[in-house]
Amino acid sequence: MRAVITVTGTDRCGIIAKVSNFLYERKINIEDISQTVLGEQFAMIMIVDLAESGESISALARGLEQAGEEIGMSVRLQHEDLFNAMHKI
Amino acid sequence: MLSKYDILETIEMIEKEHLDIRTVTMGISLLSCVRENAKKTADAVCDLVRRKAERLVGTAEELSREYGIPIVNKRISVTPVSLITAAFPEKSPIVGRALAQAADELGVDFLGGYSALVHKGTADYEQIFLQTIPEVLSTTRRLCASVNVGSSRSGINMDAVRQMGGIVRETAELTKEQDSMGCAKLVVFCNAVEDNPFMAGAFHGTGEGDTVINVGVSGPGVVQHALKFAPEADLTEAAEIIKRTAFKITRAGQLIAREAANRLHARFGIVDLSLAPTPARGDSVAHILEELGLEVVGGHGTTAALAMLNDAVKKGGVMASSRVGGLSGAFIPVSEDIGMIESAAAGKITLDKLEAMTCVCSVGLDMIAIPGDTPASTISAIIADEAAIGMINQKTTAVRVIPAIGKRVGDEVNFGGLLGRAPVMPVHGGSAEKFISRGGLIPAPIHSFKN
Repeated sequence: MRAVITVTGTDRCGIIAKVSNFLYERKINIEDISQTVLGEQFAMIMIVDLAESGESISALARGLEQAGEEIGMSVRLQHEDLFNAMHKI
Repeated sequence: MLSKYDILETIEMIEKEHLDIRTVTMGISLLSCVRENAKKTADAVCDLVRRKAERLVGTAEELSREYGIPIVNKRISVTPVSLITAAFPEKSPIVGRALAQAADELGVDFLGGYSALVHKGTADYEQIFLQTIPEVLSTTRRLCASVNVGSSRSGINMDAVRQMGGIVRETAELTKEQDSMGCAKLVVFCNAVEDNPFMAGAFHGTGEGDTVINVGVSGPGVVQHALKFAPEADLTEAAEIIKRTAFKITRAGQLIAREAANRLHARFGIVDLSLAPTPARGDSVAHILEELGLEVVGGHGTTAALAMLNDAVKKGGVMASSRVGGLSGAFIPVSEDIGMIESAAAGKITLDKLEAMTCVCSVGLDMIAIPGDTPASTISAIIADEAAIGMINQKTTAVRVIPAIGKRVGDEVNFGGLLGRAPVMPVHGGSAEKFISRGGLIPAPIHSFKN
């Protein structure tokens, strides 16, 4: 199962490290990653594979949200199907 | 592969434009619960609803977390209770309270179906059932009632219309300490639909299966935002933008409906394509109409703008879902829409304009506060007018008015939460007493004979 992670907030150092470390510890593979910094605003999108992770998607979403709060960023993990449903025919 | 733009658009819709799933509603048939007396029937009903909907709230919350999209309400609709209590109609409140208790225990927001379908005639047991509505609504919090008084096939049951004017007033009186809140849970329909997930008019029709999941989507803010980026678009282009947006919103609803049905071992019923506003700023149907170029909702041009919006929402939504139903269109509840509230408070929208708007949108006169001294016959006449629009135009219409006991034009009722607040609006003074007291049936229109 794949999920989409989005990270937004004011740019600072260590954002990618924090998120990717969280994913590494839970055996979540990053399949695609892109980021932009517009002025001070940071936006990152990751497509990840949850196949090897034992945790439920809602637990992971909660965990990532908390990890984001620790560095003042808004981090969401959502099932990929929501985006597929809305944007693909 | 998903594009960055698409992903961020969805995030923006959810976080800034109030995109949400308005309701996941489980429809449950109560027909197997009829027993020899009210107590045993109530026990059977309570037991069945508890069992079927045990995981409804938890599942909706789990889906909301997994997909990262808010699911605002979790609701239950049941078989019209008048059918279940036909052998002991005066004891219907026992079943009503059992349902309300089950709803409280399950933690759902509302349970609809304290209902009767009397569009061609009121049976004796239904007559008695209708009289129990005010008391039941005044002693329960989550139970909603609805009555279908007319249809395009059968005409309008004016005896029921007359009775309902009195029932709406009595409900208002019994709940006057809460701004006549009971009336916010009571709808009078013409052409009621059997799979509506929205309250207060949801009930589970007898033509439905055992247990179904119906989902109502929302997203007026998303439509308004999309139109903001095309200030110079002509109305053909504007309709296209609305269609595209409605498509995306509905696809999200369809996804949640399928998943919820799977996990709850229920049948996927329908997705209701309605644009349902809330009192929050940025979540208003009125503001979409203003975005299209009206200075204020309620002015001339409002009906045309709403007609276009309603039709475009349906067209976009129909393409996005394999099963659509319910009311499907734009809702215009006055108290639940900040644009409507402000326009009504400024005297810019009238009951007459709202009535005209109901000719082209999905429901009817909804969540409108009227003076507390409005006679029952005037309320009946408002219901009759609205039912006539529905009957002739072969669409659902409804009346959910709140006679604000002790209040007059210029005052306000305030229910809080999604039900919002409403300024008391004036009604016309000419009496309809004689017309309403005639009773009988307004015959079905000539174009109803289609066989």
